[in-house]
Amino acid sequence: MNMTGKVMSLKPALMENHMQNRIDDLFREKDKNILSVYFTAGYPNLGDTATIIRLLEENGADLIEVGMPFSDPTADGPTIQASSDQALKNGMTLEILFEQLSDIRSHVKIPLVLMGYINPVLQYGVEKFCRQCSRTGIDGIILPDLPPDEFSLNYQEVFKANNLHNIYLITPQTPDSRILEIDRLSTGFIYMVSSSSTTGAGKKVSDFSREYFSRVKNLKLQHPQVIGFGISDRETFENACQYAHGAIIGSAFVKALQQPDPLEVIISRFVAGITGTEDREG
Amino acid sequence: MSINLYKMQYTVDERGYYGEFGGAWIPEMMYTNINELKHRYLEIMEEESFRKEFDELMKDYVGRPSPLYYARRLSEKYGSHIYLKREDLNHTGSHKLNNTIGQILLALKLGKTRIIAETGAGQHGLATATVCALKGLKCVVYMGALDVKRQDPNVRKMKMLGAEVIPVHSGNKTLKDATNEAMRDWISHPEDTHYIIGSVVGPHPYPDMVARFQSVISAEMKKQLAEKTGSELPKRVLACVGGGSNAAGAFYHYLDHPEVELIGVEAAGLGVDTKETAATLAVGSPGVLHAARTILMQNHDGQVTEPYSISAGLDYPGIGPLHAHLFKTGRARYLNATDEETLRAVLLLTQLEGIIPALESAHALAALEKISLQPNEISVICLSGRGDKDMQTYLDYFGY
Ligand SMILES: Cc1ncc(COP(=O)(O)O)c(C=O)c1O
Repeated sequence: MNMTGKVMSLKPALMENHMQNRIDDLFREKDKNILSVYFTAGYPNLGDTATIIRLLEENGADLIEVGMPFSDPTADGPTIQASSDQALKNGMTLEILFEQLSDIRSHVKIPLVLMGYINPVLQYGVEKFCRQCSRTGIDGIILPDLPPDEFSLNYQEVFKANNLHNIYLITPQTPDSRILEIDRLSTGFIYMVSSSSTTGAGKKVSDFSREYFSRVKNLKLQHPQVIGFGISDRETFENACQYAHGAIIGSAFVKALQQPDPLEVIISRFVAGITGTEDREG
Repeated sequence: MSINLYKMQYTVDERGYYGEFGGAWIPEMMYTNINELKHRYLEIMEEESFRKEFDELMKDYVGRPSPLYYARRLSEKYGSHIYLKREDLNHTGSHKLNNTIGQILLALKLGKTRIIAETGAGQHGLATATVCALKGLKCVVYMGALDVKRQDPNVRKMKMLGAEVIPVHSGNKTLKDATNEAMRDWISHPEDTHYIIGSVVGPHPYPDMVARFQSVISAEMKKQLAEKTGSELPKRVLACVGGGSNAAGAFYHYLDHPEVELIGVEAAGLGVDTKETAATLAVGSPGVLHAARTILMQNHDGQVTEPYSISAGLDYPGIGPLHAHLFKTGRARYLNATDEETLRAVLLLTQLEGIIPALESAHALAALEKISLQPNEISVICLSGRGDKDMQTYLDYFGY
């Protein structure tokens, strides 16, 4: 059911023009009910990052968003803020994250996306960051505070050279003309923010604006859409999947990681609770 | 003619940059509001009806022009001529009202019905709560939990004015954290809400918009100086810098006069060689904070570090992009003053001139000790606010 991962250890200079990217492969092979899970790297414990990724894949997640913790996560609600704070207290840095992931592609085949804020990436050096991502086998980046105009002006080339998809957000307020523009600039998929909120707001997807979802659907975008923010359980997941290719679960998973059980137990229980292993398609 | 739209060398470009600093590094959730503001702020500020009401309120409600006061005994002490631009005499006790009057009128033109703000010292929160009462709009003020404690009189005033004050418990529980929370609120209320940012920080067009509203300070200074001294131009202008709005206003009309020395004074806290400091330009480096590319205090991993200053209004790890640019280009010079130096300056002004200054403003006064003042020179200090809100701190420290 998941795509076969291509080994991505080539240096950018040696890359061909049309590199394969695991994200594209995933959406080619599976066009609905894609389950993407977000967690904050270095939480609950500094050393949990690679284990959580491995367990998520084993239990059937299709895509993973690894959160790079930041001191001032202005687009995040209380749950992810707290996990980010804890991860930083645990000592997480970008340097350590890349170390923890250096071997990840010998275990994990599903697409991996790094999500965070621009400032740590700027300090690390955007070019060095992209090269390091490519070497590690990262497929895409989500930086909500890197807007399209800054990206196209300064960073598009280096992302491309390293075969990294830059994933943009759209919201219920984004006008149609801008959604089309974002679709043109996008690579990979489009992250549809479900409602006007920070991450983790406890709305039900049934309460979300059908008008917005239908409007986006009618635009017939080139890139697949995945709905995120406020997806927390099987009901909201299934509901979101009616309108898009899949959905992203973040805060609800981060909250689940606070349970006292071993990670194996928490993660298998959590994913089964969303997808119900028995009726998974492959 | 309080809002100046005249072009100068140090205005923002099309993309909201002062040189390499500025821009709008916003998440998509803020795009529609920022974009509307960006396209409409200049046009609205030029409308006849806007200007008329703004000017009237500045005069009859804020009490402008604020006096330019020749501080005779302070001048004698330093052997040089010192004028104080008395923003402390404005209604609500600081320069902050200049900006909130402008932004509330703008918010009404944009059809907004709910106002949010962040505040450190509580002066901006108070100025926002005041204009919301004036116009009958709902007002929510985010304030770090530590600042709620140390600026208690302002918290009570805001509540009495009908504002909801929400203490913020993240981070150091100060201004940066309050700003984060206000941004989150705006993300969750994109339709009805306008965010009145209190300084020349945040995404474009805020730094430029707030600087224009505050530019009334130097517009008046020029006129008053000409009347009192025969020349519009002093030797130097000094102002304290948190985000940098009173300094931006005091520098604005002098930016194109290179012969006027511009000095910003940051809060050194316990000293710039300690970790307990808020002197961003002394210890910071370029990055993105609160949606602007600027200079900020951060560690090698790009995590914003927690600032410290006795003064809640200067206790911020960033600085407006205009100041980062003036610093980088050398057009302005930035000094800093420690808590202790500042408290000494508070007592000095109080006992020489009978004026109790705000802790923030006293940082600018403290810098007089750090520059060489010549007998025939004229220095103007922007006295950004009065000390009422800091009385508890003063009483505890001085033991009166
Ligand atoms: C009296 C006074 N001066 C100065 C400041 C600092 O703000 P800015 O640097 O934007 O002028 C504050 C902020 O609260 C203040 O209350």
